Amino acid sequence: MFDQLLQFLITGITVGSTYALVGLGFAIIYNASDVVNFAQGEFVMVGAMSAVWYLGVGLPLPVVLVFSVLTTVVVGLALYKLAIEHARGASVVTTIIITIGAAIFLRGAALLVWGKDIYALPHFSSETPIRIGAATMLPQNIWVMVVTALVVYLVRHFFDKTLMGKAILGCACNRTAAHLVGINVPLMLLTSYGIAALLGAVAGLLIAPIAFTSYDAGIMLGLKGFSAAILGGMGSSMGAVAGGVLLGVLESLGAGYISSGYKDAMAFMIILLVLFFKPSGLFGRKSAERV
Amino acid sequence: MSSRRNFLKYSSAVLLGASMATSAMAADPIKIGSFLAVTGPASFLGDPELKTLQMYVDEINAKGGVIGRQLELIHYDSGANPQKAVGFVKRLIQRDGVDLIVGGSASGETMAVVPEVEQAGVPFISLAGALAIVEPVKKWVFKTPHTDRMALGKVYGDMKKRGISKVALISGDGGFDKSCRGQAQGLAAPYGMQIVGDESYGAKDTDMTTQLTKLRATDAQAIMNCGFGTGPAIVTKNVRQLGIDLPLYQSHGVASKKYIELAGDAANGVRLPAAALLVADKLPDNDPQKPVLVSYQRKYEAAHGAVSTFGGHAYDGLMIAVQAIERAGSTDKEKVRAEIEKTRGFIGTGGVFTMNANDHLGLTLDAFKMLEIKNGDWTLAE
Repeated sequence: MFDQLLQFLITGITVGSTYALVGLGFAIIYNASDVVNFAQGEFVMVGAMSAVWYLGVGLPLPVVLVFSVLTTVVVGLALYKLAIEHARGASVVTTIIITIGAAIFLRGAALLVWGKDIYALPHFSSETPIRIGAATMLPQNIWVMVVTALVVYLVRHFFDKTLMGKAILGCACNRTAAHLVGINVPLMLLTSYGIAALLGAVAGLLIAPIAFTSYDAGIMLGLKGFSAAILGGMGSSMGAVAGGVLLGVLESLGAGYISSGYKDAMAFMIILLVLFFKPSGLFGRKSAERV
Repeated sequence: MSSRRNFLKYSSAVLLGASMATSAMAADPIKIGSFLAVTGPASFLGDPELKTLQMYVDEINAKGGVIGRQLELIHYDSGANPQKAVGFVKRLIQRDGVDLIVGGSASGETMAVVPEVEQAGVPFISLAGALAIVEPVKKWVFKTPHTDRMALGKVYGDMKKRGISKVALISGDGGFDKSCRGQAQGLAAPYGMQIVGDESYGAKDTDMTTQLTKLRATDAQAIMNCGFGTGPAIVTKNVRQLGIDLPLYQSHGVASKKYIELAGDAANGVRLPAAALLVADKLPDNDPQKPVLVSYQRKYEAAHGAVSTFGGHAYDGLMIAVQAIERAGSTDKEKVRAEIEKTRGFIGTGGVFTMNANDHLGLTLDAFKMLEIKNGDWTLAE
């Protein structure tokens, strides 16, 4: 009985970690600009698919990981420069629609460039399962959890301790005031797209050895990451992380103890309940506090 | 201006004359209509099907055609959309005036056009899987691919031989997966199988260890997975990861090299029912299907790359049609239909077809081979 629970938790935390990374990407752009970037899931896909491509060219895995993260960051920056920046002054809703369009464009471009095949990345280390009691986990599960924790810590440090991080948060609070005190607002927004793309790419690289990747792999992960951010509270970065892990664990426990047939439905129902009783999300500040 | 008009008049007269001359030299072509999912989500079905049809129509024409007439392939891309398919079939019948139709990559589009072909009375050989296409029997409708009922029959038969009577089911949430699961449940009792677990996963899920942990807690003697795409490969990896040493069965939905590539070492020992085309070169030399399979495989691979069983279904459909026209000696629709129904012992890529008035598919369980994956390649399990 306990072994089963342990297995469900391992699964939930691994899957939840990827939701958390995607959710964190959502939260960062939302924090900087009030925009929900629906191309976040596509960053995950671009990270994994470009890695597959670099591997196919014959580069060693460590180089591949670096290159694919850089590629995704370039895509993220290009998304801001080519699409978002031109719509400066447009309403938040318009900008969100632009990101939806960008998501569809990226998916289509990936289909053209890489085709509709499914690909796998090699595991970072061995594929021999590790036994913990009667439960098992792959070394890749540990990679997912540890790297997620590390990235989350770094992001938190960036926003709490560095000048640039604080400047980005400043843009979120009041763009005009930020501008007046000498913060380069467009640069801060550009940076937040870059970081979000980086997070997406890391999530894609971590999960692709376990779950494979294809041109349309971003849709579901984007949706789950968005749910994680909503669950945790859109304005709170750490809330999005907690929301992601929680969502993964709830899904796993739900599938394990109730029914696997309603796994996704249950996750979304929980989100609806949270929104109904606590609209700002579990860890979100009250909306009145947001300026 | 007037000189240009004269030129047009002259050239069109020449063209008209030329076309009349060719039609005088040969009789009217036999028009074979087709609608296939060449693009869209089901393009992995329609793409090899169209390539196969074009390749063999060209080959038959080069050899002088059928009953002294050339074949003409008229095809439309339905994208597996039933509404589009109905439109294209109407066009094929009314405007293009086709003699028969070979096509319909997906079951949904096939079922949608059945009323059209039945009403118009045009022989129709479908390339889709669902059992409902030919059961109950419809006068003008035939099909060449195996059904999932046959696949599950083959799986349960193999399990019985290994002394397995308790099976745990896991399936995806797509149309194919659900239909396969339905057959697995429906056939359990007739084969003396007991289903002791029944789990599902989403087509885009990234981890199925939770569901498999539940199945591990049952007293199942084997696991059967219904699905295609990434799901079955993840299930295969997760089974090994959890250290479950029960025999793992997959459906014919994973019968492609891609599955072995994705699942890697974890795929070794997995069993699945599949058309003999996948193991053409491993069949014993006395197998009657071997020459047909090897010839199709060589021809297709020389032109287009790795074969899939789906292209094979199109080969079977076209050849059954051509042989029926030859036996009928004309393209009279009723005669051709009757001759298709009289197909006896036709050796195709899907198996040996013997149809009759009550069976418009004509394949038996022998058409499926039970395969086992060993060292990253298909082997015959029997």
